Amino acid sequence: MNVQQQPAFKAGDYKSDITPIWCPGCGDFHVLLSATKALAELGTPPEKIAVISGIGCSSRIPAYTNCYGFHGVHGRSLALGAGLKVARPDLTVMVMSGDGDGFSIGGNHFLHACRRNIDMTYIVMDNRVYGMTKGQPSPTTEPDWDSALSPGGTGLSPFHPLVIALASGANFVARSFSGNIKATTQTIVEAVRHPGFSFVEILSPCVTFRPDESSWKTQTHSASVEATDDPARAARRIMTDDGFNVGILYRGKRKPYDIHVEDTFKDPAILGEEFAV
Amino acid sequence: MAVLEKVRDRETVAQTAEAAGDSIAFAIVGSGGAGALTAGAILLEAAGKAGWYGLMTRSVGPQIRGGEAAALISLANRPVDCPAEEYDFLVAIDWRNVDRFAKEMPLAENALAIGDPAAGEVPAIIVNTGATLAQTELKELAGAIPGGRENMIAAGIAAGLAGLPIEIVMAVIASKLESKGQGAIDASRRCLEVGMQQARAYGKSYQLRAPSTNGNGRWLITGNEAVGLGAVRGGVRFAAAYPITPATEVLEWLSPSLRKIGGALLQAEDELASINMAIGASFGGRASITATSGPGLSLMVEALGLAIASEVPIVVVDVMRGGPSTGIPTKSEQSDLNIAVYGCHGDAPHIVVAPLSVRDCLFSAQWAVYLAEAMQTAAIILSDQSIGQARALIDSPIDNGFIAERKTVKSVSEEGYNRYAFTDDNISPMAVPGLPGGQYTADGLTHSIRGLPSTKGEDHQKQLDKRRDKVEKFDYGEHWAAIEHNVRDKSPPEFNLLTWGSLAGPAREAMRLLSNEGISVKLIAMRLIAPLRKQELLTELGETARTLIVEQTHSGQFHQYLRAKCDLPGEIRHFHRPGPQPIGPKEICDQIRDWKSS
Ligand SMILES: Cc1ncc(C[n+]2csc(CCOP(=O)(O)OP(=O)(O)O)c2C)c(N)n1
Ligand code: SF4
Repeated sequence: MNVQQQPAFKAGDYKSDITPIWCPGCGDFHVLLSATKALAELGTPPEKIAVISGIGCSSRIPAYTNCYGFHGVHGRSLALGAGLKVARPDLTVMVMSGDGDGFSIGGNHFLHACRRNIDMTYIVMDNRVYGMTKGQPSPTTEPDWDSALSPGGTGLSPFHPLVIALASGANFVARSFSGNIKATTQTIVEAVRHPGFSFVEILSPCVTFRPDESSWKTQTHSASVEATDDPARAARRIMTDDGFNVGILYRGKRKPYDIHVEDTFKDPAILGEEFAV
Repeated sequence: MAVLEKVRDRETVAQTAEAAGDSIAFAIVGSGGAGALTAGAILLEAAGKAGWYGLMTRSVGPQIRGGEAAALISLANRPVDCPAEEYDFLVAIDWRNVDRFAKEMPLAENALAIGDPAAGEVPAIIVNTGATLAQTELKELAGAIPGGRENMIAAGIAAGLAGLPIEIVMAVIASKLESKGQGAIDASRRCLEVGMQQARAYGKSYQLRAPSTNGNGRWLITGNEAVGLGAVRGGVRFAAAYPITPATEVLEWLSPSLRKIGGALLQAEDELASINMAIGASFGGRASITATSGPGLSLMVEALGLAIASEVPIVVVDVMRGGPSTGIPTKSEQSDLNIAVYGCHGDAPHIVVAPLSVRDCLFSAQWAVYLAEAMQTAAIILSDQSIGQARALIDSPIDNGFIAERKTVKSVSEEGYNRYAFTDDNISPMAVPGLPGGQYTADGLTHSIRGLPSTKGEDHQKQLDKRRDKVEKFDYGEHWAAIEHNVRDKSPPEFNLLTWGSLAGPAREAMRLLSNEGISVKLIAMRLIAPLRKQELLTELGETARTLIVEQTHSGQFHQYLRAKCDLPGEIRHFHRPGPQPIGPKEICDQIRDWKSS
């Protein structure tokens, strides 16, 4: 039965000819590479994929792919993606942005996207800093990280995206490290395949404003256990996580959101009838 | 039995019925939950079935339950464009909080106010109007009928005074109470009969002249529903929603209606999300809409700029209420004009369309969808509470034929595709996701023709020029305004009456009243607010030396907007004030009369 077909697409088919503006060594290059490899493995034609983003260095990614893209305003990428997927259920929708975009200005949309469970994939390139605006702390930044805007650190406990995703109802929750291309590619493949709202946090170092993140290469370690479909178990596991556990944490079984726009429409003339006296 | 009282020095109540009139207005009031609004809605529908036209506005307080509620109803032999300024009679199920809205239903001379003695003394605010007071034991009468309700007795009284045939009222009730069974229907009939009998005993009648048409083809619809229907007729298949008074009904109508025809409504977590959802859906090729009021529009402004810059069409309905901030959610104002026209940062040309009446909500919304889609930009529909939540009996509207037609690319050649290419009509054909070879990234950053972010002066200038020109040079035809005269001959009228949006109704009525006094007036009611059709406006203002500008804002936003854009000819006077009290025809007439005599 399951005859393996020659993959029709290569990673290069999903990459555009545009040179990214990212700093040399930025983790986002690796995310782009992993994403294009994942899309090739999935085999969906590029014109059937939409990559949606907000604003930030990471959010520049749509134009670097050869898919349809939308570079929206800061923080609203999930809303753009949700509207698109409901209007066009035939498309593969990937929302890709940064930790500032997704957890700070867009934090509320993150909660509700998890709850809503529309069949789409949300990839956050988490560098624990606002890169584009040149080095301010984001919600995932360590409390003692010194910056011009918050000298001596914010003193605030960091936001834990995986905990929030799980608690808010995301149907697939994973973390990856951008430097590990093979694992990241596989994680994205699984995230896209999994029905409902899939969330992947990719630790993606900012070499310019967070040179200390070069240690992530050795700090990250794969989870020693298999993914679970039991949210309570996933929650227990995530609470003891040191923030560098990578792998798939949770594969849920919630039914995806199923209201969507159809391909063909009835004549709206029927809608006037209710007003006749 | 009804007890008639003589109030102040007014003459005793005429025992004979007054001559049947062309229009009547009445109010049914009660605290929330008493059923005043239900009774009003039934009577309005019955009037439509009988062949009359009419309008019902509701006055409700801020409470969800137990607050005041009044159904204000006008019936006439011609379409009713605005609420009455004087009411012929008032039926109070109770008097609770009546002083809060008594101002909205000033009683006419010779008016009748009916109340239940069990509900306590008639409030001074009613007594002082000089109306004839009648006492009827609504509660007791309803109590004597198994399953009887006071609001149905009140409906019977109002039907009796207005001359609505019982069989027609019963037909409406029967269709509404079908699921409740025959018992409920019979109880309602008993209540109506008792109420009508009471009405006869007052010795007064406000009978409408028999309708000149039968009710065939008449529609009963609110402005908010009409906006929804117009949008769907125009091609909208996706809506995103976050509730807000007084716009919620647009969304509540769209949700099931879109589903019926294959579209969908997505409930958002806030307005930042709802507008972006609509933009996302439109990027996917589906005409999309969202609806809100001032506070929500404020949150949407950044994304409006995105739609304009990325050239993704979108329609945003703003059903205006008193502002700023939370303002007066349940009352009308026109004070979002500035934010609608100027709200965006940067230079962001877009469309602003203002419906002129409940009926015109349908036309305007359909047209706005067409315009947004044709020009690939944002269109704001500036409706307001006074028409959005008013329910009107109108002639069934024919489809105006404006259907969204987005310029798209059907196939892409080897040379590739430039999303923001320059064209003769300044509209760049859009690739809809799914089209092979059409892949591009829509962007709010200033971009090259290919869509790539650019900081080049040339790209910025040319894309800004393109977005300006496509909107400015578009052919809007004659729909930019409704132009009407109250004289037949072609000589210049004595006065121009220049207004916009929902004030078209009161202004038209003012024009009609003034024609009775031989004052010639030309009404220019602007539907297309932005881009301003300057030449057309100046042509219409023509030779007339005197123009009165009327708007419902505190600061005179409309007047300032016009002044900033063009040199208005002749002498200009400006009448403006904020809500919550609607601006009525008589106020407008007074302005013109004063001017004439000065
Ligand atoms: C409404 C708004 N506020 C602020 C900004 C400025 N801004 C641009 S990107 C950004 C933060 C981006 O951080 P993140 O999402 O973590 O992306 P990164 O650049 O680190 O990849 C901010 C604050 C903006 N563009 N829009
Ligand atoms: S500033 Fe940081 S996040 Fe932005 S491109 Fe450079 S390395 Fe990447």
